Amino acid sequence: MHDGGDTILRFEDVNTYYGDLHVLKNVSYTIGRGEIVSLLGGNACGKSTTMKTIMGVVRPVSGRVLFDGAEIQDLPTSARVRRGIAPVLEARRLFPRMTVYENLEMGAYTRPKGAEFAQDLDRVYALFPRVQERRRQIAGTLSGGEQQMVAIGRALMARPRLICMDEPSMGLSPLYVEQVFDIIQQINAQGTTIFMVEQNASMALSIAHRGYVLQTGQVVLSGTAKQLRENPAIREAYLGELQVPGAA
Amino acid sequence: MTTFDLFLQQVINGLSLGAMYALLALGFTLVYGILELINFSHFNVFMVGSFIALWTLQQFGLSGQETILVGLPLAGVLLAAFAVTMLATGAIGVGIERFLLRPLRNVKGPAAMITTIGVSYILFNLILLTVGADSKNFPNPLPPLAFAVGGAVLRLREVLIWIVATLLMLALTFFVQRTKLGKAMRATAQDPEAARMMGVEVDRVIMTAFFLGSALAGASGLIFGLYYNFTSYLIGFNAGLRGFTAAVLGGIGNVPGAMLGGVIIGLVEAIGGQLIGTAWADVIIFAILVLVLVFRPAGLLGRLAPDRS
Repeated sequence: MHDGGDTILRFEDVNTYYGDLHVLKNVSYTIGRGEIVSLLGGNACGKSTTMKTIMGVVRPVSGRVLFDGAEIQDLPTSARVRRGIAPVLEARRLFPRMTVYENLEMGAYTRPKGAEFAQDLDRVYALFPRVQERRRQIAGTLSGGEQQMVAIGRALMARPRLICMDEPSMGLSPLYVEQVFDIIQQINAQGTTIFMVEQNASMALSIAHRGYVLQTGQVVLSGTAKQLRENPAIREAYLGELQVPGAA
Repeated sequence: MTTFDLFLQQVINGLSLGAMYALLALGFTLVYGILELINFSHFNVFMVGSFIALWTLQQFGLSGQETILVGLPLAGVLLAAFAVTMLATGAIGVGIERFLLRPLRNVKGPAAMITTIGVSYILFNLILLTVGADSKNFPNPLPPLAFAVGGAVLRLREVLIWIVATLLMLALTFFVQRTKLGKAMRATAQDPEAARMMGVEVDRVIMTAFFLGSALAGASGLIFGLYYNFTSYLIGFNAGLRGFTAAVLGGIGNVPGAMLGGVIIGLVEAIGGQLIGTAWADVIIFAILVLVLVFRPAGLLGRLAPDRS
């Protein structure tokens, strides 16, 4: 477990519901400043709900969400973005009929458009030369990999301290997956904390410092990436390395 | 007048009607683009707008067709009338959204749409009860200046209507394309949840859409009065239905589509009315609508609903 001395995000016994459906059940996470933390789990286990709870799209029924030590669970989404949390949404979710540049502008929506905007734009263009080439193109016409670069760039334009990524490798070709994970590491090395939901567990654990495993809305396992990689249950369930004889 | 001159005259008339319908259609399209809500109160916000315009002109001592203004007084009176009307109807639209529709925002089903129909009837009856059932003479302070275009007559008021409508539509286009709030509107229309996660305050965006749409309906109501020289509590239904049809024809949710749809409906009404008979104008307009929807369900310029990838 992270020692909590320099925590950026903490969930304390968070419970969320969709109608009658109890999604997150007494979930607690601790994300340290500067970490890459990966959230693993099967379908419908509460991974996306975790991301939505951080962004304020889903509100917990009980429990606390702390960012930089302050409770944020009752704040509107815009206030959370202003405090320094930015999302990379599942399936990228660019604004399809706006240009690449306009999408990046939307990422900086809560920030004044001054010198810092220009700096952030330069930083994104330096990370993704392809995004700069395509800046006048309509976002919906880009390939999936290019869209993912814009989606990450858009999050960076908020100058966030924490980026929440929901399935950054989904639907990408292996070449782009490698690139995206490289970039995530670079962004992290530049000082941004990453909390990442990812189906591709082996990739996620190869760059993460720590991880949590969610099962039907509960944290069933957590540890360093190395511990998780070496855990037999994880290897079987998520890394596909052990085949149980006789299993279908 | 030759047949061609008659045709030309109806093009002139049709463009004026089209300007009026286009401004109305924009209000339907802005709100639908963001909320997927057909706002029927828009019909009578337009009608109330024409009465606010009438009242404003009366404050300048204008009542019938007798008083003619020129030069600066004319420009000042018109500017004031448009400004007062648009601010007032914009405020009415914001009030409807804030107090009557926002509480229903997360209610599934037709509750919000039914509410807009109810609001429409309330506005209708408020004007009937306070102003009365008879048509009111709408002042026209423009000098009776006219130009010959071939054998057709182009009056100063048509030119004014075109200029005002064009300026308003250019201003709206600039707002939506270039300003921060306008971009937030487009983003919200394309993916409301993603826009919210960029930090967009969606309530503010929705309020802006209602304000702009209703302000344009007010301008349209003023244009109605200038064009027909009367107003009445009854005018909302016919004009509103044409504005709505224009929005659907162009592709509801699509801003240039609403403008195009408005001009087409205006031209069809004027030219069809001349060539086939005024009584047939509605039949032709709605036949075109049905045909377009059968073959292009998303309208001429497309985009039915916010698209989510």
